[in-house]
Amino acid sequence: MTTVTVLIWATTYAQGALALAGFLAMVRILIGPRAQDRVLAVDAFYIIAMLLLIVTGMKLGTPFFFEAALVIGICGFVGTVALAKFLLRGEVIE
Amino acid sequence: MTALEAMPLWLALPVAALLVVGSTLAFLGALGLLRLTSFYERIHAPTLGTSWGAAAILLASLLGYSWLQDRVILHEIVIGLFVMITTPVTLMVLGAAALKRDREEGDPAVPPRAATGGHAPGHVERQG
Amino acid sequence: MRRLLPHPILSLGLLGVWLLLTRLSPGHVVLGSAVAVVAGWAFARIEPEAPRPRAVWPLVRLAGIVFLDVLRSNYAVARLLVGGGRQRRSAFVHIRLRLKNRLALGMLAVIITATPGTAWLEYDEQTGLLLLHVFDMVDEATWQDLIANRYESLLMEAFG
Repeated sequence: MTTVTVLIWATTYAQGALALAGFLAMVRILIGPRAQDRVLAVDAFYIIAMLLLIVTGMKLGTPFFFEAALVIGICGFVGTVALAKFLLRGEVIE
Repeated sequence: MTALEAMPLWLALPVAALLVVGSTLAFLGALGLLRLTSFYERIHAPTLGTSWGAAAILLASLLGYSWLQDRVILHEIVIGLFVMITTPVTLMVLGAAALKRDREEGDPAVPPRAATGGHAPGHVERQG
Repeated sequence: MRRLLPHPILSLGLLGVWLLLTRLSPGHVVLGSAVAVVAGWAFARIEPEAPRPRAVWPLVRLAGIVFLDVLRSNYAVARLLVGGGRQRRSAFVHIRLRLKNRLALGMLAVIITATPGTAWLEYDEQTGLLLLHVFDMVDEATWQDLIANRYESLLMEAFG
């Protein structure tokens, strides 16, 4: 019984902290002020979303969230690098 | 949550501790992202979440699933390696972009370009 | 051997990732090896010369040092973000690097950026001058010493 309580508390805390972190990153995306600040916040946001999926998967005890987390990781990386590259050169593909 | 009931306390405690530490670090990173005042300060904040924030949560997941499935599950390592390698790339390109944009605007807080042709080492163009 | 596996480290790494993501079975070893070999050929068209470190031991030591440093700076930056109390000043730092090897420079860039508290911003090939941004600037000589003696010398040993 105590074991389950410990794990429920820990996963719930982790979900709460990550959700709040995602919210803070979202605020930074909205207020900017410049484009690089927004891209940096998007980078932080997708990592937080990925970690939130992994914690949720642990809580529910299913391995299916792992694949979703992997896809978010890959798409998020490609997306933010393309955005950063666009800021650097004004063109994504050279 | 039924599946986690069988986990013994000696494993549940480190898993719970890793989850708490990891999510707290990720939260602090996001807090820094919001609270710090300049872009170059903010660029340091997300690395908290991507280094030990991610590592601790992935380690917790690795331990938990390996217990649940009764075999060693290591695919969290793939995500961990991926995050470890990709985040610096994003941050470096973003840092270079911010430098360039600030210099174009003549921001006095940013140091001037040392010489011509400064590139990150990953972007060195080669002939052939 | 060099024709079949132009990038042995890359191919081995890909096979490792393939096996981690699938269940370990003989079929997946064969399929993963095929993918790894073909990817090695493809990559050889982009980057003909494979990295060949002269010594592996410095890289192992470097990995250990980086692991501890990342842990320590996570704690330091987290404490500064919570409040910390004392005054913090962040600043740009110029550091002259002796490294010329592109792979070694790339590894140094990843190490510096992955460590909370330091960010790699710009490197100039001609002058070897690196521009860093440091979150908690104690004094400039400490950072130059850290990069040059802690990381760069080990990378010099491994790649020359």
